[in-house]
Amino acid sequence: MTLDVERIRKDFPVLERRVHDDQPLVYLDSAATSQKPRAVLDAMAEYYELHNANVHRGIHTLAEEATALYEGARDTVAGFINATDRSEVVFTKNSTEGLNLLARTIGDSPSGGESGNEYGVGPGDEICITEMEHHSNIVPWQLLAQRTGATLKWIGLTDDGRLDLTNLDQVINDRTKVVAFVHQSNILGTLNPVEPIVRRAREVGALTILDASQTVPHRPVDLQSLDVDAAVFTGHKMLGPTGIGVLWARREVLDALPPFLGGGEMISVVQMEGSTFAEPPHKFEAGTPMIAEAVGLAAAVDYLQALGMSEVAEHEAALTSYALDALHTVDGLRVIGPDTTEQRGGAISFVLGDLHPHDVGQVLDERGIAVRVGQHCAAPVCRRMGVPATTRASFAPYTSFAEIDALVEGLQHVRRFFG
Amino acid sequence: MNLESMYQEIILDHYRHPQHKGLREPYEAEVHHVNPTCGDEVTLRVHLDGGTIADVSYDGQGCSISQASASVMAGLIIGKPVGEAQHLQEEFLALMQSQGKVEPDEDVLEDAVAFAGVSKYPARVKCALLAWMAWKDATAQALASAPSMEESS
Repeated sequence: MTLDVERIRKDFPVLERRVHDDQPLVYLDSAATSQKPRAVLDAMAEYYELHNANVHRGIHTLAEEATALYEGARDTVAGFINATDRSEVVFTKNSTEGLNLLARTIGDSPSGGESGNEYGVGPGDEICITEMEHHSNIVPWQLLAQRTGATLKWIGLTDDGRLDLTNLDQVINDRTKVVAFVHQSNILGTLNPVEPIVRRAREVGALTILDASQTVPHRPVDLQSLDVDAAVFTGHKMLGPTGIGVLWARREVLDALPPFLGGGEMISVVQMEGSTFAEPPHKFEAGTPMIAEAVGLAAAVDYLQALGMSEVAEHEAALTSYALDALHTVDGLRVIGPDTTEQRGGAISFVLGDLHPHDVGQVLDERGIAVRVGQHCAAPVCRRMGVPATTRASFAPYTSFAEIDALVEGLQHVRRFFG
Repeated sequence: MNLESMYQEIILDHYRHPQHKGLREPYEAEVHHVNPTCGDEVTLRVHLDGGTIADVSYDGQGCSISQASASVMAGLIIGKPVGEAQHLQEEFLALMQSQGKVEPDEDVLEDAVAFAGVSKYPARVKCALLAWMAWKDATAQALASAPSMEESS
């Protein structure tokens, strides 16, 4: 069944917005952040209006309701990604925090020896990432390498913006302890093959971490069947609020890693001489968590599941196909990244002649069209693809074909404007 | 707000035909400045002769605003005494931080008044300032390497 986009759009209040002299908003920046349906806004307002209390520590009615809502959100998320157990779902601030949590606690794990932890890294060990990572999956690993003396390696890119797996067996080798890679590139739109990378990582006993920020909102993602050890994604890109993300990891990984932030909620017994820690997921959730945001995220997941993730993926694939064809009609436009619909998602970067993306984005904005311009927190990709920056249009379940037409007309106007 | 207030014809002219562009010898200081979010970058050299800005040469890539601003700036400050150029930089910075609320002094800023419209677009202010900040940095380095010039300026 195909999505009824006109009906879906009515669920998103902001899509009624008009900008710059009464132009209807054409929002093509969902890879940066998605818009929120009324159901999410209502769930958060209702939480504050009726149930607000701190979680896990009260015996009064509101505290129990708030705890049930917060922990219920964990169940909803666990079901959505097919986690084996709800304790594998840790709420974080965003994907960035999830990746930093992993890199930091891996670094805090002593490597080898009697007291050693199988996930610890040290001098001589290697961490493998890819050249198409978001900065959030580069910098934490650079910091980890600096702190521990480990070496950072990466899988390079082909000219059409896919992972170059020809030397995979060398890049991931017996020294590799961690392999962290993106499921779908936020700038190129490339959908990466998980299976060969995980298979090679398993051969050498490396921990596998998947940045699923750009796939969980847009297609069915079953983390068990992907067979990775850990994954991160963020609420605000999947119709949910800002301020909440998810770190999922297999229970034995969460058991083995040391705590991240210390404080209330993450402890078992606290004495002045020392403390013991709570079981996962609470071990990694120090302090009062983002309760309203968890409620909002659960509402977003419910909304997406009601649409059907297969239907969402099908709609966005159709948009992507239509957009690639339409963009090719614009003189001087070059797609940066896969130029076909094969193994790619609905985030399309391009350059328009030698016009700088800032100028392209500014003129589009005047027509109410919101795109992202710049390096998209992926500067190494721009360097590798030989462009200073790109313009990116990205889609969501509420994106219409008419919006892609508006983008293409807008780009024709940009060409005329700069003559 | 409309687009023409930002993309003044004078800005588009400088963008299409940048003045004083290209890196030249001699120079006392060279800097490389970037806008990390958008990828605009400029490499800029300053050559001082006594207390005068004898040359400002630059190369870079970026949006029309950043490139035109470098071109306008070079035209404005080459040949000026260091102190006067520093005053121009401060005036231009104040204009860009004014959110469109300051009427620029055309006698002082000349072609650079065309950037007044840019100050209404917060996301683009850093584009217009990129070359000016690079020049300020390079000049400070050039002065530090030749302290006697500072006295004569």
